[in-house]
Amino acid sequence: MSISSDLRRDADVVERDDRARRRSRTSRRIWRVLQYVALVLFVVFLGFPLLFLVTAAFKTQQELQSPDPQLLPAQWNLDNFVGAIERAGLGQAALNSLVVALATTLIVVLIALPAAYALARFQTRLRGLATGWILLSQVFPFILIIIPLFLMLRPLGLNNTLGGLVVVYVVWSLPFALWMLRGYVAAIPGELEEAGAMDGASRFRVLRSIIMPLLGPGLVATSLFAFIGSWNEFFFALVLIKDEALQTLPQRLALFVGSEGQVALGQLAAGSLLACIPSLVFFAIIQRRLTSGLLSGAVKG
Amino acid sequence: MTAVATRPEAPTPPTPQRRGRRGRQDWSAYLLFVPAMIPILAFSVYPLVQGILLGFTDSQSGLNAVTSFTGIDNYVRLLDYGLFWQSFGIGLIWAFSVTIIQFVASLCLALLLNANLWGQGIARTIALIPWAMPPVIIAIMWRFMLHPTYGAINGGLGALGLPDDTNWLGTAQWALPAVIVVGVWAGMPQTTITLLAGLQGIDDQLHEAAQIDGASVWQRFWNITIPGLRPVIVAITTLDFINNFNSFALVYVLTAGAYGTMLPMLFAYNEAFRYGNFGLASAMGNVIVVVIAVFLFVYLRAQAKARTA
Repeated sequence: MSISSDLRRDADVVERDDRARRRSRTSRRIWRVLQYVALVLFVVFLGFPLLFLVTAAFKTQQELQSPDPQLLPAQWNLDNFVGAIERAGLGQAALNSLVVALATTLIVVLIALPAAYALARFQTRLRGLATGWILLSQVFPFILIIIPLFLMLRPLGLNNTLGGLVVVYVVWSLPFALWMLRGYVAAIPGELEEAGAMDGASRFRVLRSIIMPLLGPGLVATSLFAFIGSWNEFFFALVLIKDEALQTLPQRLALFVGSEGQVALGQLAAGSLLACIPSLVFFAIIQRRLTSGLLSGAVKG
Repeated sequence: MTAVATRPEAPTPPTPQRRGRRGRQDWSAYLLFVPAMIPILAFSVYPLVQGILLGFTDSQSGLNAVTSFTGIDNYVRLLDYGLFWQSFGIGLIWAFSVTIIQFVASLCLALLLNANLWGQGIARTIALIPWAMPPVIIAIMWRFMLHPTYGAINGGLGALGLPDDTNWLGTAQWALPAVIVVGVWAGMPQTTITLLAGLQGIDDQLHEAAQIDGASVWQRFWNITIPGLRPVIVAITTLDFINNFNSFALVYVLTAGAYGTMLPMLFAYNEAFRYGNFGLASAMGNVIVVVIAVFLFVYLRAQAKARTA
């Protein structure tokens, strides 16, 4: 009797388990479907605007203004790109942006590298100060710093020059570059340097032959961030650059939106797309690293 | 060199030799800082101090304008400056809405990207797109999307048989919500990737153990995921809030502050560089800093308490 009741109880348990499992399997399937629906919605929300811009850049004026709009252009023509470069003066603006971004990147890396090395390797009072400044510089609104900069650059004759813009961008990019490079230096084991020193290499030799090669990827990443930051920047350029021939790409495009761009939609789209190319290429290159290593390290500190 | 060689064997009290090495290290550390320190002091620290002080003067933009110290005059003036406070209120609505919506949406997306779904890689790449675009271009692109006659949004609404003639950026009713959506779009990648990195840092074994003990998806989310993610959440929402409050380029290109979207930064910019009132604009900057600092203090203290409790 006890055996049979045991058996019955076992069967009950099995049946109940089975039912629960079946229920959980269907609910899990519904859950999965919902997950996919949500993912697709996110992808459309984040990806569609760019798709719309890309297709608009290849459409003719008639297509853009047609009462029955199609997503894809009838013919992929490049007229808008040519028009944007000629009419909106984007060529000169792109050159200005390029010069400013390259100069900024070079200077930022050159002056951030020694400081980042010192921050990572030496325990000094400067370390706390530097960290404090890096954090503080993120909190303060740009308006507080741009007015004094404007007043300072004016007597130096740097207002309304690309040189003045480079000065501002260098200072503006430094905190992030320092913070990034410090992390890369800290990731290189100090024992390597000590081993080099023990083998009789000079301090400079250690830095050049041991640290620099290992720091290569970190330097590239930091440079790219500094470059893209300057390439994309708008506010400081708007305040400092008044001369039309010196305007940067974002500035030129922002101006074009309000004037001719209201009519020449295709050219506006084409110009905007051209301005995105450096950053899109950059992110295509680093996106794998961005999603795996780079930021997880940053989060864990 | 000898100091380096002898170091491993001597945890004894510091010898004079060792202290000498320490001293040299400190000295070379300062030397390494010099190239970075000069521009920082000259073009960052000094202007910042100057900017704060300018908020207590009547500085004007004219080349020959004489600046004099006026104490708290600017702040007394600001108290009665209705337009500024209106802009301030818009700024708070903007910063809070964008930060909160951005956080919730990004957390959902990060969880999806962490859930072993098919097509994850592509989704992850697409999720990064807004990050790769300059703010000015994002704004231009969304002007296309939101264009009353040729835009994709109204086109889509029309296809669904809904009213398709809303002037999103050109009416007081819709401009702020529309601008907030663009703000959320622009900031989502950074928030998502940071949260995703945080999610990947949570030990899988915790989830597995909880699942064996019969915890539901929700229970696991509230009792494992959220606590594990808390430091990352605090960091990224703080950063997002600061960034959003200081945001300029997006809204400048989208609406230029028209139709109830005059963010405080736009307002201060106009005050300084359109009307030339440098002193008053700096005072606005000071008020903004103080308010942000108060919000951050309250938020971070509440979070610190929650963690110890």
